[in-house]
Amino acid sequence: MDLILSAIEILMRWDVALALLTGSVGGVLIGAIPGVGPAVAIAILLPATFSMDPIVGLTVLLGIYGSSMYGGSIPAILINTPGTAVNALTTYDGYPMTARGEPRRALSLAYSASFFGGTFSVICLILFAPVLARIAPMFGSREIFLAALLGIILVIVAHRGQSLIAGALACFGIFLQSIGLEPVKYTSRYTFDQSFLSSGIDLIVVVLGLFALSQAFVLLTDVDEKVRLTKLRGGMFQGMRELARHPRVAGVSASFGVVMGMIPGVGEFTAQFLSYTYAQKSSKRPQDFGHGSSEGLIAAETANNAVPAAAMVPLLALGIPGEALTAMMLSVFYVHNVVPGPGLFQNDMDFVVALYIALLILNVLVLAFLLLATRSLVQVVRIPNRFLGVCILTLSFVGVYSLRNSATDCLIAAVFGLLGYILKRLALPSVPIILGMVLGGIMEVKLRAGMARVKEPLDFIDRPIAFILFLIIIMVLAIHIRRVFLDRRELKEAEWQTRNASTRFGKLMLRRRNSFLKDRGKKVRERHSKLLRRLTGLF
Amino acid sequence: MPTERERRFVGPRRGQIIFGVAFVAASLLLLSQIGSQTRWVDKTEFFAQPRFWPAVGLGGMVLLGGLHLYRLPWWRATRYDWWEARKWVSVLEFGLWFMVYVFLVPVIGYLPVTLAFVPALAWRMGYRSGFMIAISLVFAVAVVFLFKTLLGVKIPGGMLYEYLPGGLRGFFILYL
Repeated sequence: MDLILSAIEILMRWDVALALLTGSVGGVLIGAIPGVGPAVAIAILLPATFSMDPIVGLTVLLGIYGSSMYGGSIPAILINTPGTAVNALTTYDGYPMTARGEPRRALSLAYSASFFGGTFSVICLILFAPVLARIAPMFGSREIFLAALLGIILVIVAHRGQSLIAGALACFGIFLQSIGLEPVKYTSRYTFDQSFLSSGIDLIVVVLGLFALSQAFVLLTDVDEKVRLTKLRGGMFQGMRELARHPRVAGVSASFGVVMGMIPGVGEFTAQFLSYTYAQKSSKRPQDFGHGSSEGLIAAETANNAVPAAAMVPLLALGIPGEALTAMMLSVFYVHNVVPGPGLFQNDMDFVVALYIALLILNVLVLAFLLLATRSLVQVVRIPNRFLGVCILTLSFVGVYSLRNSATDCLIAAVFGLLGYILKRLALPSVPIILGMVLGGIMEVKLRAGMARVKEPLDFIDRPIAFILFLIIIMVLAIHIRRVFLDRRELKEAEWQTRNASTRFGKLMLRRRNSFLKDRGKKVRERHSKLLRRLTGLF
Repeated sequence: MPTERERRFVGPRRGQIIFGVAFVAASLLLLSQIGSQTRWVDKTEFFAQPRFWPAVGLGGMVLLGGLHLYRLPWWRATRYDWWEARKWVSVLEFGLWFMVYVFLVPVIGYLPVTLAFVPALAWRMGYRSGFMIAISLVFAVAVVFLFKTLLGVKIPGGMLYEYLPGGLRGFFILYL
């Protein structure tokens, strides 16, 4: 109780209240505009928060992070375009409801589900905080290294079908963080004798390039879409009553959100997928899913809004961000000399609880704002795409230039903007680059510190938590390899099934008859065997 | 008709081969420089070597990038790939707009450059009505007011502000 009271004391300031209000309203607005998203907004605002108190700066950013998904459900439901990427599943059941004339019902249900998910996860984490405070000090250098390694592996394997390039991009991030003057032996790495590379490549410059500038480029080269908005009819409070009729779906989805949010690199998509699948399988009307099912909408919205608070756990307790947005927040901590990790939980527990209470208040503010202002808010989806691009390009300047007043930083950000644009065009992930940069830095420091205290490599995992983390890493890799193997087998089976010609050996020989009998075929085979002999002779 | 492997590929086909080749080539080039760009320090553990983490990063880029390239269902660049590359190059125009904005702010000043930049780019993008230009101007003023005047982010005053008379000069440098 004392802890909660001292946390409330931290929040009882006018600037924190203003930050909460700005974060919540700003986050909803940003979420409601398709094509902006919280990553762009946080990247732009990040340098502006450096001059604020840590609690104020973090409240603004948390506000944007936590409330953008509320706003993102508005265009997802009304115009079938998700406001943020994680609202994609909301379109499945939200838009069909609008199409059959129930936009208000869909919106109020989405708000209620989001509110339930958000508050459920914050309450869970406030209750869970004392346990975390006891576990966190058990994490030394080795455990943090292994947790960071697990995070990076999870990010890579989460990109199904793209894990190779996701891994390559994560390695690119690791390489980027190693550029500059190395802090222990004071040797320069990949600076090519250029002074601007000596201090390394700033994470925020890369983030702004990959998220904000690339998005500006995408919008500037896009075409404007005509938006037709449906008129809103009906009450906004019916969603609450409807949510109360599905406590099981809401409870399980929120729990999935909390658990998945806490695991680095997993996040909203997995939580949504699991809860949606659960809701569909346990529903009495599974055929309605994808055609305007209220349970589907509840599952999707509850799960994704339960994630932001939970995603703060690995960041605050271990200093390990699980995704791009929390990676950006990590830099705010560092700027204010607040080092997230076990020490924060031991010494500044009230600060951690204050952040959670801020998230709780934020959810109430956002719900109240949305219930009152939805009618006016829906107009923001009318902003033309390319004009949005102009606005983001202008705002990106503030983000990059205000860091060090360096034109070189802006040039580097523009180069990363181009890279981000290419990645977006090719549907390749850019998040592994950011996490590679952040987690690579953590891994470098922790591995050096951890290895200094062990005699043999196996001693690295002789502590219980290190051993458990090591086992989890092996398990994740084994599951991934098995999945890749099964996918390959399935692909081969599908390829054989689509072949018109027979796959029997005799028929195969018959098809190659000409090659066997004609002189040209003999010559080609002779040449190939000669090349093969020469090649084997080399070894 | 696309093959099964092509159908299961995540993402569009266009441009993948060019990106894959460029990524692996750049990684190989950087890896070839590891001897001259990093140092091996004597009497230092293997994991604490300054060369270790660049090697992990670049090794991973070459290995995983190479495997990605090898596993691509297509091996030849078609004209669609080159069209896509041309699309990437076309974005350089907006990069140039951005850099011009960056270079002009410390010379002319944040407010005047933003007031010219936003409507000019909006004009370039085809928003030529009086209403849109007015919106652009309002947006430009709002950005400067919010970030420089209210939040006080570090953006230097323009060199041209030096020629303003006494009190106005200080005000412009600090707030606009």
